[in-house]
Amino acid sequence: MTSGILQRQPSILPGFGLTMGITVLALSITVLIPLSAVFITSAGMGWDGFVAAAFSRRALAAYRLSFGAAAAAAAINAVFGLLTAWVLVRYDFFGKKIVSALVDLPFALPTAVAGIALTALYAPNGWLGRWLVPLGIDIAFTPLGVVVALIFVGLPFVVRTVEPVLADLGADVEEAAASLGASRRQTFVRVILPAISPALLTGCALAFARGVGEYGSVIFIAGNMPFRSEIAPLLIIVQLEQYNTAAATAIAATMLVISFGLLFAINYVQGWQRRVRGI
Amino acid sequence: MKPATATAEPRWLRWVLTAAALGFLAINLALPLAAVFIEGFRKGIAAYAAAIAEPDAISALKLTLIVAAIAVPLNIIIGLSASWAIAKFDFRFKPFLVTLIDLPFSVSPVVAGLIYVLLFGMQGWLGPWLQANDIQILFAVPGLVLATIFVTFPFVARELIPLMQEQGRDEEEAALSLGASGLSTFWHVTLPNIRWGLLYGVLLCNARAMGEFGAVSVVSGHIRGKTNTLPLHIEILYNEYNFAAAFAVASLLAGLALVTLLLKSLLEWRYAGQLAGRGH
Repeated sequence: MTSGILQRQPSILPGFGLTMGITVLALSITVLIPLSAVFITSAGMGWDGFVAAAFSRRALAAYRLSFGAAAAAAAINAVFGLLTAWVLVRYDFFGKKIVSALVDLPFALPTAVAGIALTALYAPNGWLGRWLVPLGIDIAFTPLGVVVALIFVGLPFVVRTVEPVLADLGADVEEAAASLGASRRQTFVRVILPAISPALLTGCALAFARGVGEYGSVIFIAGNMPFRSEIAPLLIIVQLEQYNTAAATAIAATMLVISFGLLFAINYVQGWQRRVRGI
Repeated sequence: MKPATATAEPRWLRWVLTAAALGFLAINLALPLAAVFIEGFRKGIAAYAAAIAEPDAISALKLTLIVAAIAVPLNIIIGLSASWAIAKFDFRFKPFLVTLIDLPFSVSPVVAGLIYVLLFGMQGWLGPWLQANDIQILFAVPGLVLATIFVTFPFVARELIPLMQEQGRDEEEAALSLGASGLSTFWHVTLPNIRWGLLYGVLLCNARAMGEFGAVSVVSGHIRGKTNTLPLHIEILYNEYNFAAAFAVASLLAGLALVTLLLKSLLEWRYAGQLAGRGH
């Protein structure tokens, strides 16, 4: 019986075998076996074939854009996400509940809808584009457009990760710092920032991981020029449409390996964060 | 606003920070949302209604509802099973299993679609066998459902696992020792305790299921009127430069997003103590 092998302590609650069975079966059919297909197909290509497909010049340019734009967007979200979380936790203003609900919009709005809306705003004749393009700031159909889309997609990850930590931060440490003569600025840099930095780092890593794989919100605004504004997920689709399944798979395998590396790094940081917060 | 003290910022700084945050949110979140509705109604109500009542749009809407109606209940069953096993029992490899359940969140939606092409495509592992037996998975509803389950896999479970862990198993053990059956314990003790958390997870799961684009884009085959979901229909209209119609259909999904946000916020305000990790 599975419960005999897996279970550490016997329990009088029923249903372990059934629920564990459903979980493992569903996980295997929909996630694990299909994902393993990427690696098994890649392994079947041989090392040289894999490298030629996964690290072609075009693929390298696509990784550079996907990872570079995701990193830039995460850095910008670190600043504005922290600012948003700070304002939502510390200050009162009219309409705060609505603003707080709006922060989760990128989680709820389908990516394709976000993509065409951002394109409509930043296109040369769009609401923002008509002011920015004459200033020499081309956002739509350039790599900058990718960054703008990824800022939209990643913002709630940073805000929602930092917010609870900021709210839990006791007033006592700040009062202690102030009574010892620290300026507000010193208190922020020396007391508050170190306490929230693990959460901020986690939020940025989550936003980065999401940004690397993002597709729907990006492709409309990116322009999708090979070597210039073509993201890695789009290159997978392009290769699939040309019936070049092997190349698509090799690129997917490369992205998966990097994503899993990120996942473990995020888990590690979250573990560290829990130890720091003592929960 | 509170008066300035040693542990608060001066009034002018509070004002500047609030204005900066609100300005950032207005440009990045509110403006794109407004653009969807304004662009959708740009050619008037009649054009808006025509874009939504068009047969291809209706069939895309139906397909989106069908896929969500299959994928979301399956995810509820999987999520309830996973959280019951993980939260109520102690076993080896538990953290590993939790990581596996979260795995789909760190996989690109495009890769989530590709994996089913590798399994069920013509050159895939099961492709020839499926064709010999006349079973259609790719470019049909089963493929769309599978890709949707993949991308929404963690939503219900990751909401329920921490919630059920917080609640422990004392109440269930009491019910069982008083002679209740396992099923009736779950129905009368566990479910009432987790219902708001479950609803919260289902809301997010459903929003993602109806709005998913990348993964279903790979497995759909883009057959107009047949295998196009609403997000894919939007892409086709947009690529045909039929912008007003694209935004009209997009406004339906934006409306769904607003309803999701509203219900989610209501749950957070009213039942904060009964959701995982909130209000404690």
